[in-house]
Amino acid sequence: MAPPRLIPVADSALLVAFGSVADDALYRRVLALDRALAAAPPPGFAEAVPAFVNLLVRFDPLVTDHVAMADAVRALLDRPAAPPGPVATHLVEVCYDPDLAPDLAAVAAATGLSPDGVVAAHLSGDYSVALYGFAPGYAYLSGTPAPIRLPRKAAALRGIPAGSVLIAGAQCLVTTLTMPTGWSIIGRSPTQILRNDPVRPFLFAVGDRVQMRRISRARFDAARPAP
Amino acid sequence: MTAIAQLRVVQAGPHVSIQDGGRFGLMRYGVPASGPMDMLALAAANHALGRPRGAAGVEVSLGGLVLDCVAGAVTVALAGAGFITDHAGVLSGSWHVLTLRAGERLAIRPGFWGAWAYLALAGDLDCPRWLGHAATHALSGLGGGRLVAGAELHIDAATVLPGRDGPIPCPVLARPTGRARVVPGPQDQHFLAQTMATFLATPFRVTSASDRMGIRLAGPPLPLRAALSIPSEPILRGSVQVAGDGVATVLMADHQTTGGYPKIATVISADLDGIAQLRPGDLLRFQPVTPAQAIALTRQNAIRSERYLAGLGRHRFGPG
Repeated sequence: MAPPRLIPVADSALLVAFGSVADDALYRRVLALDRALAAAPPPGFAEAVPAFVNLLVRFDPLVTDHVAMADAVRALLDRPAAPPGPVATHLVEVCYDPDLAPDLAAVAAATGLSPDGVVAAHLSGDYSVALYGFAPGYAYLSGTPAPIRLPRKAAALRGIPAGSVLIAGAQCLVTTLTMPTGWSIIGRSPTQILRNDPVRPFLFAVGDRVQMRRISRARFDAARPAP
Repeated sequence: MTAIAQLRVVQAGPHVSIQDGGRFGLMRYGVPASGPMDMLALAAANHALGRPRGAAGVEVSLGGLVLDCVAGAVTVALAGAGFITDHAGVLSGSWHVLTLRAGERLAIRPGFWGAWAYLALAGDLDCPRWLGHAATHALSGLGGGRLVAGAELHIDAATVLPGRDGPIPCPVLARPTGRARVVPGPQDQHFLAQTMATFLATPFRVTSASDRMGIRLAGPPLPLRAALSIPSEPILRGSVQVAGDGVATVLMADHQTTGGYPKIATVISADLDGIAQLRPGDLLRFQPVTPAQAIALTRQNAIRSERYLAGLGRHRFGPG
């Protein structure tokens, strides 16, 4: 297991790069370092941002520097990693009605499945929160089942509403903002990931498990947040 | 004198929003810090009124802002850039403290230099907060929010500070900078050596496609070594991201928190306020420094900023 590269970023961060191609083993090392930093934050530590193959350590340059932070990170890497804590499982409700799932038919055509087959495959996935990225509450879930893994569409569509359930490759995402997307839109969820709750403002923690549950249109309409 | 003051927005340009010191520490949830594009300017405006540096105020874009004071009275401070103000017919500019009274209008327009000015208030701006902060994230609108014509700002515990009206010294630090110091990387390995040389040798032009998310640059193309599909990586304010078309963007206050485009270099934090004040058409050059130099420059800058802000606290604003 090669040691990670510790790359200085401007005056206030260190990028701990475990590799360049995403795989489970690299990702587990990212999460282990994330836990170690949370358990024993070095002096001047500001925050850690985990991603697929690397972790950004932001620090206060008035308190510490790249050399001291790199030494602290190496010391943490040399210790046996603390085991992951209990992993929470969250339910995400999805309505797959055609008007909420504009790409369901295209995904069915591309995969050779029926639309119900695509839904069944999506529901069978064992998802976990790989990382938040891009915009507030955008939780990238890994675990989209192989039969419905498709590349991004050639062109992005604009104005896709919040709550859209998107898939691309092995990833799945429930959007929290109205945004353009080139991913396939296969449903809509009323489940709030950005919560107006100061104690737990985000539904998921990185590493949590997620299960999809199909809901009826009536349930979706009743549960969807007021616009 | 303490009461509620009420300001009505008569006109607000795009990107005029409520900002405080920023919500740091939530990038792991996809949340950038937001906060002011020019952090020292908001701190200066607040400090001139004896307010905490990160207190909520209004960030005014090149689109300008016109406010009517419809009730009460409040002392306000404007800092950042060289904007022009018309306060009830009296012309002045950024770097000024004045008192707004019911029936008076304050118009803030861009002047000769700079892109962002900050209106601080001697009172507590009553506005929505998200995750404890009034800083507005432009893309989602979360936080205190954008200002639009017809909206009203309520200032609780609005205070008139006697004898405080008058100029705020404008520090050299507040000027726009056409030279940003960068630490190369963290993904410079994806670029040819010649691309890095071009990046460091050629001036770029700030384009009008710039906003709180990033400053988009026009200049020579910055080709990648090969067509890339790199896993999404964390981004910092100051990251110089090069998209697939070879166009560079310096990511700013409302940056996305991760991205799959490589970052050729990262602007040091001491130079972020200065580049935020560039206008479309202005030139920007990048100058490489080592990580150790970057730390030293940031510490020097912090000392200069502290000295300036401490001096503001001592400055006496007399009636003239």
